[in-house]
Amino acid sequence: MTGSFYASALEIAVSVVLLAAMVTLWRRSVRAIVRSLAVQGFGLATVAAVLGFHLGDPGLLVVAALVLGAKAVVIPYLLTRLVRVDPGSRETQPLVNVPASLVAAGALTFLAFAATRSVTAVVPSIAGRLIPVGLASMLVGFFAMFTRRKAVSQIVGLLLVDNGVALVAFLATSGVPLLVELGASLDVVLAVVVLQVLAVQLRTRLGAFDLDQLTELHD
Amino acid sequence: MLTLLLAIPALCAVVYAVVPWRRALGWLGTAAAAAVLVLGVVVSVGAVNRPAVTGLSGVLRADALSAFMVVVIGVIAVLATWQSVRYLDHEIARGASTRRHASVYGLLVQGFLATMLLAVLAANLGVLWIAVEATTVVTTFLVGHRRTRTALEASWKYIVICSVGIALAFLGTVLVYLAALHSGVHGQNPLNWTTLVQESHRLNPGVMRLAFSLLVLGYGTKVGLAPMHSWLPDAHSQAPAPVSALMSGVLLSVAFYAVLRFKVIADGALGPDFARTLLVVVGLLSLVVAASLLLTQHDYKRMLAYSSMEHMGLIALGAAAGTPLAIAAVLLHILGHGLAKGVLFLASGEVLLTEGTSEIDRVPALLSRRPVLGGIFGFGLLALLGFPPFSLFVTELNMARAEFQVGLGWAAALSILCMAVIFAALVSHGRRLLLGRGEKEQRQSTARLVAIPLIGGLAGCVFIGISAWPLATLLSAAARIVAL
Repeated sequence: MTGSFYASALEIAVSVVLLAAMVTLWRRSVRAIVRSLAVQGFGLATVAAVLGFHLGDPGLLVVAALVLGAKAVVIPYLLTRLVRVDPGSRETQPLVNVPASLVAAGALTFLAFAATRSVTAVVPSIAGRLIPVGLASMLVGFFAMFTRRKAVSQIVGLLLVDNGVALVAFLATSGVPLLVELGASLDVVLAVVVLQVLAVQLRTRLGAFDLDQLTELHD
Repeated sequence: MLTLLLAIPALCAVVYAVVPWRRALGWLGTAAAAAVLVLGVVVSVGAVNRPAVTGLSGVLRADALSAFMVVVIGVIAVLATWQSVRYLDHEIARGASTRRHASVYGLLVQGFLATMLLAVLAANLGVLWIAVEATTVVTTFLVGHRRTRTALEASWKYIVICSVGIALAFLGTVLVYLAALHSGVHGQNPLNWTTLVQESHRLNPGVMRLAFSLLVLGYGTKVGLAPMHSWLPDAHSQAPAPVSALMSGVLLSVAFYAVLRFKVIADGALGPDFARTLLVVVGLLSLVVAASLLLTQHDYKRMLAYSSMEHMGLIALGAAAGTPLAIAAVLLHILGHGLAKGVLFLASGEVLLTEGTSEIDRVPALLSRRPVLGGIFGFGLLALLGFPPFSLFVTELNMARAEFQVGLGWAAALSILCMAVIFAALVSHGRRLLLGRGEKEQRQSTARLVAIPLIGGLAGCVFIGISAWPLATLLSAAARIVAL
């Protein structure tokens, strides 16, 4: 892979990750939000694959396949099943409206660039320059978790955070060791399974399940 | 040996998955926990004289610190699994649980033990992270085991908040890995704790500062330290009592164990001040939050949960001091708090079973109506408040002394102020719960099978408070690993 092709491929893949995070804030239909999460998983797998080809590291290609399977296929599939229980579900009244959310996401991206200066200084490569994007996806995920009211959007927010961390790991260190990556992916998939089962249980108990209904426990 | 330690709860979980539930199977879990405890003692004896025991081709590693944590897990697990038998009997009898649910419960509790053991035995910090994340996944269904609306709500909050925290901890771990690769640590595995400690002085300080902050915030979420503590009172009050005992008594400390491991690396890379400042801030913040919310508490299980937050704050302050004396006190405090809080949660489960409410004001005069149970609850509260001869008295004293020695006197003074507020709050709640005149005909006895482990736990808490044997050598060996 030639240098300039590598650089642009990596940049495009990383932008897909960030754009997909933004789209989750922009769309109201829960179905579309899950779809953009799948796109982000695809972008993340592409980042791993591009890095793997560039470094000639077969281990990273295995990880790329793993990420593609877990984050672009299995997890979105699990969430789609949850959406199907409640079709046409929409994020009608987020705590912060859509235009303001997008402005906030822009501000969070700037914040991410400022916060990672000590890290980007250590990794002077092309990949290193892109590390702030991972943090930006994380912060957008936090924002989604705090401002969106549907159970599925909250799970998606959590996964945006997780994908952001994974992106930082790929860009900064070409991924964590394979054993750790395997264990971490398994943990994430299991956590989503648990969340899905819980959401279904809560739904049968409460009728339609919005996070606004989680108000029984407080001091 | 270390592999066997993990295999025991794992095999026991398999038995629960395969064999249909019957009452005797409940005791299998207790037997497994007892076996873990015995093996933990054996590992401790080995770890005192050697730097570390390894197993499973280097994935597992036990030094004195790990061995001590295995003992803590074993002790509380014996108490909790013993009481689980009664909890399941009761749930099945009143038709709230089917036999299948009982099997799932047994399986998950053993899985919970296995993941905690893996966390304290992991040689690799990535594996440590995987294990701590796995504890969240396993315990979520245990928190929601009663499947009431509130229990489900608590488990939702629990898994969402802890997953966020643990994602931050993963980012911190990745940054430590980055710092290691950057400083040329290659070897077999740059995420191995021993390698990182040896090379800690070469790690990039800028990256390590960000990494350690994220790790304290992330693992701190699971410890129940402010500002990410809000899951703790909900989960601890809604989970079945034996699960609350395990979560409060050991899971919080296992997460704190992760902070301690990273603190050693951060101290090597940044000097002692950075970790100290951070731990003082989160410790004091947790104490203030716990004190203010304890004052107005009207639910005895939530009261116990906030008290756990208080003790985790104290432990963070002790670790901030970081002298050998302070670390030994921190570790003994982990065991003492685990015993006292475990006993109290189990006793509160028994109160909930028989009284049917967890509101303090609706359970009056416990002491005169149920002398044994009320007595256990009362003595447990005294232990938590740090009365001698319970071990928490000695350890709180020594932690405060160490804080004064290293110039953290102001933090120790503030913590004592918070403890005074908490003291007043717990005494007042305890008085409402325990004292008063009960009617004679309501007087009930407590099953001996229930009382024995609880009294044993409190006796243990007294014993480790007055006798240096048998823990002294293990504690000082473990403290040397972490201390500055």
